[in-house]
Amino acid sequence: MRYSGFRVIKEALTGHKGWQPAWRDPTPQAGYDFVIVGGGGHGLATAYYLAKEFGKARIAVLEKGYIGGGNVGRNTTIIRSNYLLDGNEPFYEFSMKLWEGLEQDFNYNAMVSQRGVLNLCHTDAQRDAFTRRGNAMRLNGVDAELLDREGVRKIAPFLNFDNARFPIKGGLLQPRGGTVRHDAVAWGYARGADQRGVDIIQNCEVTGMRIENGRIKGLETTRGFIGAAKVGVAVAGSSSRVMAHAGMRLPIESHVLQAFVSEGLKPVLPGVITYGAGHFYVSQSDKGGLVFGGDIDGYNSYAQRGGLAVVEDVCEGGMSLMPMIGRARLLRIWGGIMDMSMDGSPIIDRTHVEGLYFNGGWCYGGFKATPASGWSFAHLLATDTPHPTARAYRFDRFQKGLMIDEKGMGAQPNLH
Amino acid sequence: MIINHPLLGPRDAQEFTYLGDANLIDRPDWQADGAGQAFYEYLYLRDNPAGLHRELWYHEQGDRSWLVVTRNISTHEITKVELARDVARAKGRGK
Repeated sequence: MRYSGFRVIKEALTGHKGWQPAWRDPTPQAGYDFVIVGGGGHGLATAYYLAKEFGKARIAVLEKGYIGGGNVGRNTTIIRSNYLLDGNEPFYEFSMKLWEGLEQDFNYNAMVSQRGVLNLCHTDAQRDAFTRRGNAMRLNGVDAELLDREGVRKIAPFLNFDNARFPIKGGLLQPRGGTVRHDAVAWGYARGADQRGVDIIQNCEVTGMRIENGRIKGLETTRGFIGAAKVGVAVAGSSSRVMAHAGMRLPIESHVLQAFVSEGLKPVLPGVITYGAGHFYVSQSDKGGLVFGGDIDGYNSYAQRGGLAVVEDVCEGGMSLMPMIGRARLLRIWGGIMDMSMDGSPIIDRTHVEGLYFNGGWCYGGFKATPASGWSFAHLLATDTPHPTARAYRFDRFQKGLMIDEKGMGAQPNLH
Repeated sequence: MIINHPLLGPRDAQEFTYLGDANLIDRPDWQADGAGQAFYEYLYLRDNPAGLHRELWYHEQGDRSWLVVTRNISTHEITKVELARDVARAKGRGK
């Protein structure tokens, strides 16, 4: 069923009796050509593009819980492509272009809203760094604008410009950045994949991998053995646990990142604003709630909840940047588990096991990458060659000294 | 989270900074055969288990000792706290 304005009117006039579930609930078959482990945004996007762009069939997505219950429903919904390094920027710009056409492509309203992402700077050195980053973005054909203090004031007059310690000196604006309704991304990809014959199998946890003579034969799951010619694992947050079934140790630690939503307010924020002096970023959802977040808790965690010390730290950042936030009450706080990689960049690569492919290590930047990650992973699964924009995301970059370290922190995952 | 420091008693985890897996104590021998591979695994690869994890915490806002804390990563329950010095010495490191 295609969604359209006409359809909404027709259903309204006929008592909304014609709507059907957006995807089926199939029982797993004995075997598939492609099995994607992980029914989050990246896994669903992979299945969708495998079927749609690469014309593949006999595809299944296995999800431990339910669609939309993992990190795709736990992020702060920001999309941007304001990276510095050549290994990253073309990939994230590819993602941004896919976001721009996504809703028409999968016929689902994902509320893609390009209201702009503004990174603030508070020192001359930081402005120099932003100038460099803006230039790197422009060299890659991405929109970037360096704003002075007055330029920032025009967009966001409510900020604390004259903070004695961290006065706002300017900012780097990416006008095409913005936010997307995260659940709708999962639902849209799930529906689109399902319409193209992909089996989405929920409540199906992978408990083992059957590997014979260095080749993947299938997966042991809580719903029985499922044979597979090729397996793509896209389970960021739990990557180490799943890949341990194949005897792999990954350059990844799992950390918890918290996110926050205030009560609904009238429109106050023009787009996404990030604080350059503390770690704090904020946007306003379509329902009016301020959606914000900050640092990861900083120690390994598989618990989907965080500590109060970070709550205090994030709220201090918010108060320091925009004191008016102190009048808003906090409604909800939650945590999601991140794959923190050793250089802060992701991995989309094959493994030492024939037919087993890996997608993970997204740190806390996975949501914006969803379309490109799915496309690139589908490209790798279908053609056995990396997508041109994802060529640098290899396992062996750590061994070869080809790290993509945006922040220059070294192999210390809790600092990325 | 409260870390029960072997010398100072229960201390708030906020007084500490976190380094990571306690295997970082076992620095490979740089002169051994295959030291390159050993250092790659030492520096970049992690077990990252979902259960008990032995990890290094530094008491930066306190007595500046390094601790090996055994913690359940899924529940944050701490079951054992040792001085990293003692752990390393038990392995024959340092005099």
